[in-house]
Amino acid sequence: MALILNEEQQLLKESADGFFAEKAPVNQLRALRDSADETGFSKELWSEMAEMGFAGLLVDEDNGGTDFGLVGAGIVAETMAKTLTASPFLASSVIGASVIKAAASDKQKQLWLPQIAAGEKIVTLAIDETAHHAPEQTALKATAGGGGYVLSGMKTFVCDGHVADTILVLARTSGEAGDRQGLSLFAVDKGAAGLIVDRTVMADSRNWAKITFEGVKLSADALVGTEGAAFDAIEPALDKARIIIAAELLGISQQCLDQTVGYLQERKQFGVVIGTFQGLQHRAAHLFSEIEVTRSAILKAMQVVDAGGDARWFASLAKAKAAKTAELATNEAIQMHGGIGMTDEFDIGFYIKRARVLQALLGDYNYHADRFAACSSY
Amino acid sequence: MTDLETFQSETRAWLDENCPASMRTPLLTDVNACWGGRNFKFESEDQKNWLDRMASRGWTVPTWPTEYGGGGLNADQAKILASEMRRIKARSPLTSFGIWMLGPALLKFGSHEQKLEHLPKIARGEIRWCQGYSEPNAGSDLASLATKAEDKGDHYLVNGQKVWTSYADQADWIFCLVRTDSSGTKHHGVSFVLFDMESKGVSTKPIKLISGNSPFCETFFDDVEVPKANLVGEEDKGWTIAKYLLTHERTGISDMGMPTPLSMLAKDKLGTNEDGKLIGEMTRHQIAEHEIDAAAFVFTLERAKDQAKAGGDIGAFSSMLKYYGTELNKQRHELIVKVNGSDGLEWEGQYSNNGDIARNWLRTKANSIEGGTSEVQLNIISKRILDLPV
Repeated sequence: MALILNEEQQLLKESADGFFAEKAPVNQLRALRDSADETGFSKELWSEMAEMGFAGLLVDEDNGGTDFGLVGAGIVAETMAKTLTASPFLASSVIGASVIKAAASDKQKQLWLPQIAAGEKIVTLAIDETAHHAPEQTALKATAGGGGYVLSGMKTFVCDGHVADTILVLARTSGEAGDRQGLSLFAVDKGAAGLIVDRTVMADSRNWAKITFEGVKLSADALVGTEGAAFDAIEPALDKARIIIAAELLGISQQCLDQTVGYLQERKQFGVVIGTFQGLQHRAAHLFSEIEVTRSAILKAMQVVDAGGDARWFASLAKAKAAKTAELATNEAIQMHGGIGMTDEFDIGFYIKRARVLQALLGDYNYHADRFAACSSY
Repeated sequence: MTDLETFQSETRAWLDENCPASMRTPLLTDVNACWGGRNFKFESEDQKNWLDRMASRGWTVPTWPTEYGGGGLNADQAKILASEMRRIKARSPLTSFGIWMLGPALLKFGSHEQKLEHLPKIARGEIRWCQGYSEPNAGSDLASLATKAEDKGDHYLVNGQKVWTSYADQADWIFCLVRTDSSGTKHHGVSFVLFDMESKGVSTKPIKLISGNSPFCETFFDDVEVPKANLVGEEDKGWTIAKYLLTHERTGISDMGMPTPLSMLAKDKLGTNEDGKLIGEMTRHQIAEHEIDAAAFVFTLERAKDQAKAGGDIGAFSSMLKYYGTELNKQRHELIVKVNGSDGLEWEGQYSNNGDIARNWLRTKANSIEGGTSEVQLNIISKRILDLPV
């Protein structure tokens, strides 16, 4: 397969570019932040995104999706990054849908996936318990009893947690923290007794939550997949999500470069356009190089995983490289803009704040560099 | 089976049968490569057989037309051949500036006669070429070259000096930039000519480098007669050809193939703990950082090839590949030296094969200088891709 976009994917890119530029400029995120909007995203926009088929990019056609695969979802994630569109796309259409596809029964899939694709239901995943991603360290307890389970513990860094209709929770049914075995996945609907959802505003002005489970009682059919075997079941889904997060980081990096180059072409100091200074030209050209190299790793990862290949090595490669490049791009963007880059009025600040949150999500650079090495047998 | 699948299984069978076992071991240095040419001494019968067998199918230059000694393969077939060769770790049968530099330029700008004359000899490894580009006063600013070619009717009389001519002392022919007109701008008046290194008036002098080796020469021209039939393209308009060739050179320098993973070298040297992790936490981290970039870069080369195949213009993108690839290779060799500790700094003697590691490490320092420095590549990216003002 050629490592470029095919015609269908190119068309998707063009339609996404047009859609987000028109419907969701950065000002929309700024307005949501400034008004301390309770939902944290525009429901009208989310409906329109669903109508465009964006909410169901990873859902098969039988379940109402558009089935564009990771390459399609990556294209849309990259485009949305350019305007920092706030929506439940990542939580529900990427993470939620992937986990359900990987772990749920056919019956659960037929129930949930069409609703996700239609943008009617928001599903998210509650996985982290400490400030650093370490899924095998999961300690939140699920105790069997009364024909079902009782959940007790806490989750943090839950994407769109306070607006989710259903929260998929990784919990321990046996073993000790650190064991890959003994983890199980449960679907908890919002409003369940004992479920306390605290919206946590983070640097990126998007929706995050800390969630406490105070003896949340679940029926047996809340179990998603096989008891005790959730880690292996959802790992490929986490990897898909990591690749799409990498694509969003790529979009942020590209946008930072484009805006910075535009600024270098206009801003004058010492009587000349500052883009004539080699000191700045070389920084911009180096950043361009890093972005292109990152783009290749991500596209390769998306294609390989869409073709059914093992995702682990490719996902860690893509996420690590994208995180490093986004860190460079956002830092360079501020530096090359000078003082104006530090002002809230200017948009660059929104990109650096979103980038750092995504860099940490589902494993940061060090997590994935370590995993990349382990997957490469060293 | 599709045509490509048939091609793949036939290629696999042919390679299995024809690639000698000793040609399936890694190349340690440039020196072990098969360079071909009139005076080349094959290191083994296997090396010669491997070259001859591949050349007989045109597979030293898989995508060149068959009438010029190539394999006539399309891009998909060439990709399959390359991956089948990688599968059995086959060495390249022929390392040649004729293949990756002159050939593409001749295919595009040469006359039919020139192609028939030179390309098949390149494909069969009969003639070894060198590149007469840089001069003592024309390095990064290549277009200010001054080697003079005077019009003498049926031939040019060439006088001047080149420098950093790779393996000039071992080459049979040279492709050379000369000045046929110095009245206009520096890009005008450059001509691209070919001549035999045995011509009267050509002499070479190897330059000893920090590695102790001498892969480069100074090359002197003293009243060298070059027949006009050896002019490629139009007189005075050779700069276009020179630039086109540089694009190939850059892509070639950046594409060093898939070397042995650094992590494998490190595991052999440093060992692993009970989890299979490389001993030395910081070293492992540094290697992972490098290999993440290296893997992403390999996919970038793949993407650039696929883009070119789909008709996209690679152009200045090759500057990015050259910049990134050479900086990575320098970093790789710094890490190889670190991983090998004091052994990696041995210079003479049997333990180190006369300082292979150290000498190879020092050789890489030129990667980001030759073929246009890293800074020149960044200038090109900034001007031609980012559209920043000069």
